[in-house]
Amino acid sequence: MFLRRILFRLLQAIPTLAGVAVLVFVLVRVVPGDPVAMMIPPGADDAVVLRLHALYGLDKPVWNQFTIWAGQALTGNFGVSITTRQNVTGLIFSRLPATLELVFLAATIAVAVGGALAVMGTRFSGRGGEVAVDAVTGFVLSVPDFLWGLGFIVLFGVLLPVLPISGRSDPTRALGLATDFTLTESFLRLRWGITADVLAHMAMPAVALALPLAAMIARVLKASLAEQMGQDYALLSRVKGFSRWHVILAEALRNAAIPTVSLTGVQLTFLVGGTVLIEKIFSYPGIGSLAIDAVINRDLPLIQGLILTFAAIFILINLALDLSYAALDPRLRHG
Amino acid sequence: MADPGTLRHALRNWRVLIGGGLLLALVIAAIFAPLLAPYDPLDQDLAAQLAAPDWHFSSTTHALGTDSLGRDVLSRLIFGSRVALTVALVAGILTALVGTALGLAAGFFGGWVDAAISRAVDIWSSFPPVLLSIILVALIGTGLWSVVAAIVLIDWTRFCRVVRAETLKQRRLDYVDAAVVAGLTPRRILWREVVPNVLPLALVLLTLEMGIAVVVEAILSFVGLSISSDAPSWGGMIAEGREVVHQAPWVLIGAMLVLLATVLGFNVLGDGLKAELDPVLR
Repeated sequence: MFLRRILFRLLQAIPTLAGVAVLVFVLVRVVPGDPVAMMIPPGADDAVVLRLHALYGLDKPVWNQFTIWAGQALTGNFGVSITTRQNVTGLIFSRLPATLELVFLAATIAVAVGGALAVMGTRFSGRGGEVAVDAVTGFVLSVPDFLWGLGFIVLFGVLLPVLPISGRSDPTRALGLATDFTLTESFLRLRWGITADVLAHMAMPAVALALPLAAMIARVLKASLAEQMGQDYALLSRVKGFSRWHVILAEALRNAAIPTVSLTGVQLTFLVGGTVLIEKIFSYPGIGSLAIDAVINRDLPLIQGLILTFAAIFILINLALDLSYAALDPRLRHG
Repeated sequence: MADPGTLRHALRNWRVLIGGGLLLALVIAAIFAPLLAPYDPLDQDLAAQLAAPDWHFSSTTHALGTDSLGRDVLSRLIFGSRVALTVALVAGILTALVGTALGLAAGFFGGWVDAAISRAVDIWSSFPPVLLSIILVALIGTGLWSVVAAIVLIDWTRFCRVVRAETLKQRRLDYVDAAVVAGLTPRRILWREVVPNVLPLALVLLTLEMGIAVVVEAILSFVGLSISSDAPSWGGMIAEGREVVHQAPWVLIGAMLVLLATVLGFNVLGDGLKAELDPVLR
């Protein structure tokens, strides 16, 4: 049953991805500007331009270009990046782990901090806890996301220089790891010196990415917890003599979780989108900063590959969200 | 809502005063930039690169320091307000017009119009806005007007969603039924009865949208997709300041604080207006 649901949703994702692929191809082709112009020095003669056009297949009709591109894309080949001359698929896969680890860390921080704030606010609601949580979340949400990362750079990189402000690891250190999942792999291989170094580099971007989501989670979860605490079952537990901690953590939290899960799922796609800017701010080598460089250099093959990668991530997040509803709500599982 | 009583009452609201004051300072800086700025924002003083802020006001000192080309930070901040204000006004108002018109149409006419517009809003707002704006500007080309177009194309949904809900609410109220019974045409009901009641809400949203537009422009300038990097803009200064943050943190800090003050100004004013224009809250 559960497996069939996963399979069904995965099958549903195929036409969506195909639609995105067609859209991306059409959009990128209707844009004015010659992609080859970025590769040659100004004043190069026409013969060179024509030869490059032929080399990249830009002299063929658009329809023909699409069939070639789609055929290659199906085999996992998205062509060669115009600026770096590297294979697009290889380039994306070498950068993707950095972004995935950043997103995972940021989401974990957001859920932990937001959840803790909501629980504390509910537990101490009589003693100003609610007001304090509202004040903190209000402050976090009133400052634009964009400024949190920059503010951290000024605070913890310059005025109180405790954290590195760019990159993913100390460039003088030879990592010697087999994969690009540096954080995970160094941890599993017990090379915790590298783990600590990578964590120090990821601390500011991950927290900057997590803060707005943490504030939103705190607000939504606190509201649903307050609602649950007013229900008869919570009152009955209190009358039976269970502590407020027990009622909140063991009983109300699970019932209050669904609106928060749905919010987190939706916001997770926005968090992935936010990596683009955060990675640029912290010169973090993931697919977000790669995307910005690709856009600035008008590197069409790379832009196409990246948009499809982002689309695939969004589809997977929605799939996971759908499945987690079923896991949380027995009515959906058996209905 | 335009009667002098409301206006006088609004000016007693501290949020309206603070937000309005901050924005008034922005407007003055933008209009009188050539008079206020101590230097030409493009003038490079290669003898004073990355000079630290110096508060001994004279004709050769830089109150907020200089950047890596020796350009005066204060003057660039003042001239940068012109870009910010232009984008806030043009993008804000265009977004409000498009979104409010579509929201009114969806809420008032219902049926397939509502279905089509609501579906578009759903699809539109499922994309991460930062990613979408970067892709859009990459497609239409860089420059200030592309930034404006990208903001309108992405943010119309904010207005559409809220205005549609408010229009639906207004349409169910008795006064609209009364207008129908009195034999008014739908067009007259829309323009003379529903629109004036939806307008205050749209105005609040417009104030908030202007703040968002300023941030989006700064983000796209920061990334290098807005106006050219020579011309003074806060986002461009943030990008430069990020490069030299160890040698000259004042470039980054100055631009960040100005951007923050502007956004908070719009947000606080919006909150204040919301409280003032809502007869129930007042």
